[in-house]
Amino acid sequence: MRVLVAMSGGVDSSVAAALMVGAGHDVVGATLKLWGGPSDSGCCSVADVDDARRVAQQLGIAHHVFNMAEDFDRTVVAPYVLAHAEGRTPNPCIECNRHIKFDALLARAGRLGFDVLATGHHARVQPGVGGGPHRLLRGADPDKDQSYVLSMLGQRALGRVCLPVGEMTKATVRTRAGELGLRTADKPDSQDVCFILGDAGRAGFLSERMDLHPGRVLDAAGDEVGRVDAVELVTVGQRRGMGHSTDGKRRFALSVDVRSATVVVGTADEVLVDEVRLAPGSAAWVDRPLGDGEPVIAQVSAHGRPLPATYRSAAGAASVHFAEPQRPIAPGQTVALYEPADPESVLGSGIAA
Amino acid sequence: MSPAGPGPVGGARITYLDNAATAPLRPEATDAMAPFSAGRFANPSGAHRLARDARQALEEARDEVAAFTGSDPKAVVFTSGGTESDNLAIIGSLAALPARAAPPVVVCSAIEHDAVLETCRAAAAGRTAAPAVELRLAPVDALGVLDLDALAGLLDERVALISVMAANNEVGAIQPLGAVAALARELSPEALLHTDAVQAAAFFDLAPLLEGYDLVTVSAHKLGGPKGAGALVARGVPLVPLAFGGGQEQERRSGTQGVAGAVGMAAAMAAARASRPSEGSRVARLRDTLRDGLLGAVPDTIATSLGAPTLPGHCHVRFPGIEQEELLVLLDDAGVCASAGSACASGALEASHVLLAMGVDERDARTGVRFSLGWASDEADVAHALAAVAPAVARLRGAA
Repeated sequence: MRVLVAMSGGVDSSVAAALMVGAGHDVVGATLKLWGGPSDSGCCSVADVDDARRVAQQLGIAHHVFNMAEDFDRTVVAPYVLAHAEGRTPNPCIECNRHIKFDALLARAGRLGFDVLATGHHARVQPGVGGGPHRLLRGADPDKDQSYVLSMLGQRALGRVCLPVGEMTKATVRTRAGELGLRTADKPDSQDVCFILGDAGRAGFLSERMDLHPGRVLDAAGDEVGRVDAVELVTVGQRRGMGHSTDGKRRFALSVDVRSATVVVGTADEVLVDEVRLAPGSAAWVDRPLGDGEPVIAQVSAHGRPLPATYRSAAGAASVHFAEPQRPIAPGQTVALYEPADPESVLGSGIAA
Repeated sequence: MSPAGPGPVGGARITYLDNAATAPLRPEATDAMAPFSAGRFANPSGAHRLARDARQALEEARDEVAAFTGSDPKAVVFTSGGTESDNLAIIGSLAALPARAAPPVVVCSAIEHDAVLETCRAAAAGRTAAPAVELRLAPVDALGVLDLDALAGLLDERVALISVMAANNEVGAIQPLGAVAALARELSPEALLHTDAVQAAAFFDLAPLLEGYDLVTVSAHKLGGPKGAGALVARGVPLVPLAFGGGQEQERRSGTQGVAGAVGMAAAMAAARASRPSEGSRVARLRDTLRDGLLGAVPDTIATSLGAPTLPGHCHVRFPGIEQEELLVLLDDAGVCASAGSACASGALEASHVLLAMGVDERDARTGVRFSLGWASDEADVAHALAAVAPAVARLRGAA
């Protein structure tokens, strides 16, 4: 097979490349230049490109740098800023996977004659047997599982994607990298959104690209109980800065309305919700669309707990009803859905409305 | 030519058409350098016989650089290459200017190599050893040739330095150095004139082109010399050094000279001089075959700068509908080494500021590829490239 490996310069994609080479494939590495802005300290910095290039040299494979900064700005950064302006909290890593790695890069891999695109994600693709559908499964390491950020992948992508480290724990990946002498063996995991600088943070990044407005914090009765500096930076479900109720209980953000610059808060008991509505058109299915009333396991953040739930779909409006009431899900967050009979298996995902 | 080195599986042919990035080392340069990588190792500044031997080789190399550029040997400052020479020319000459009331003005073309452009920008921002300057960028026309009327509009008595490259590195367009010098004499008589002749030096007799130019940048590796060697020719221009130390190069560039590099550069220059003028027309014929072949074989091909005077080795073309990054990968797979625009620090391609300055839009700029031929190029290289490009472009367009 001709395999293009997306190499970020981190240990996971380094080992992914090494495994593909070890399996005897014709492997080429590619590192994406995604962000050239001032917070260039994340997954596409010059130093990381150097690491990826050096690992490729160690493995004896060709390595290319692809400049996808324009696509990235258009499909990830600009929508990220717009979403905040509208009071939503998107996951840019998911949008990058959706639009860049598993769309633009996958298409490029096809044009360049590669059979498969491999990445260092901790998830597993189980090829369809006998013409059956390909399945997307959680990674073997529950602490590092990244199936959530891949839950938008469909059959077309899954048929051309290989995730070699998904079968391994992170510790095994590091051990393997050490055994192979890869220079990235001890490199720390990347944590944050790659285009946001640690010290400036999300607020610093967004304040340079949009207007932030002070907002009023209201309780369920509509009485003002506090103020926030920037209503656009409040995430539904957030506790920090929301204060306490008169009886000393912590308050959480229940809803954010950017237009009226208000945040409605409540105590843990008051904010619980039974369902999350999915934005129209946001559903993406691994294989087939779910039907109304099908049981699912929902996961509402990258490392969130699996939540038993039911998928509802009627007249084009989709929602997920939780078996137990939950903290409210921030609009813009991805809701990944798993198979209750096989909780490792991803069914698809939608975006909270 | 098929250089040694890693190649496609099966030992398939490798065709090198990236001479504008660097040319293969000429055998004359290899031979000339060999003794200085071994027995003749001494520091040319020493007081003993071995040092004198190294010093002699260095000064003979200086004589060759002087002859190559039509200069006095005393004007020649050995450097680490084109970028350092450009920096020393710009920062060093500006820093040596007598203090004046208004900030000095620097004029350079919009299509200069980054070694000039970014140095001028740094000087404009006050981030160099030179006093902060006002920078004026002179536009070019659609073929990549300096717009002389626009340049005239930018020149006045405040202009302290004018920097215009002899020929552009990306599209190969030759710049009207003589007309620039004439305009400068008339409108900015005090201005120093600098030209980055790194690309032009591979093929042209520089001496007549450089009339009126105070500062000239040359580099060894574009004409078949080693990387890491270059020179700045500073004709009667005081320079404040960028690096202080032992005062070598007449206190213009401290640091022990790279004797082997200087000797290799001189040998490459001598070889380039000896092969002129037939070499230019030989390479130009090859280039024309390549360009005409591409225009004929690949639908909608745009030959950049066609109609302008260009360097003989440059063949810059644009293939609408493709991404240059993808074509370069397919050509690499096919064993054809070409390039596109300039790469940033990470190695990613950036939209070419040269094409943008020529009025090409960003999307179009990302369809451009540069094939550049040199002293080692031959018919087989052109044939291989022609055979590789058409199917690669067709494939990228078909899959798009």
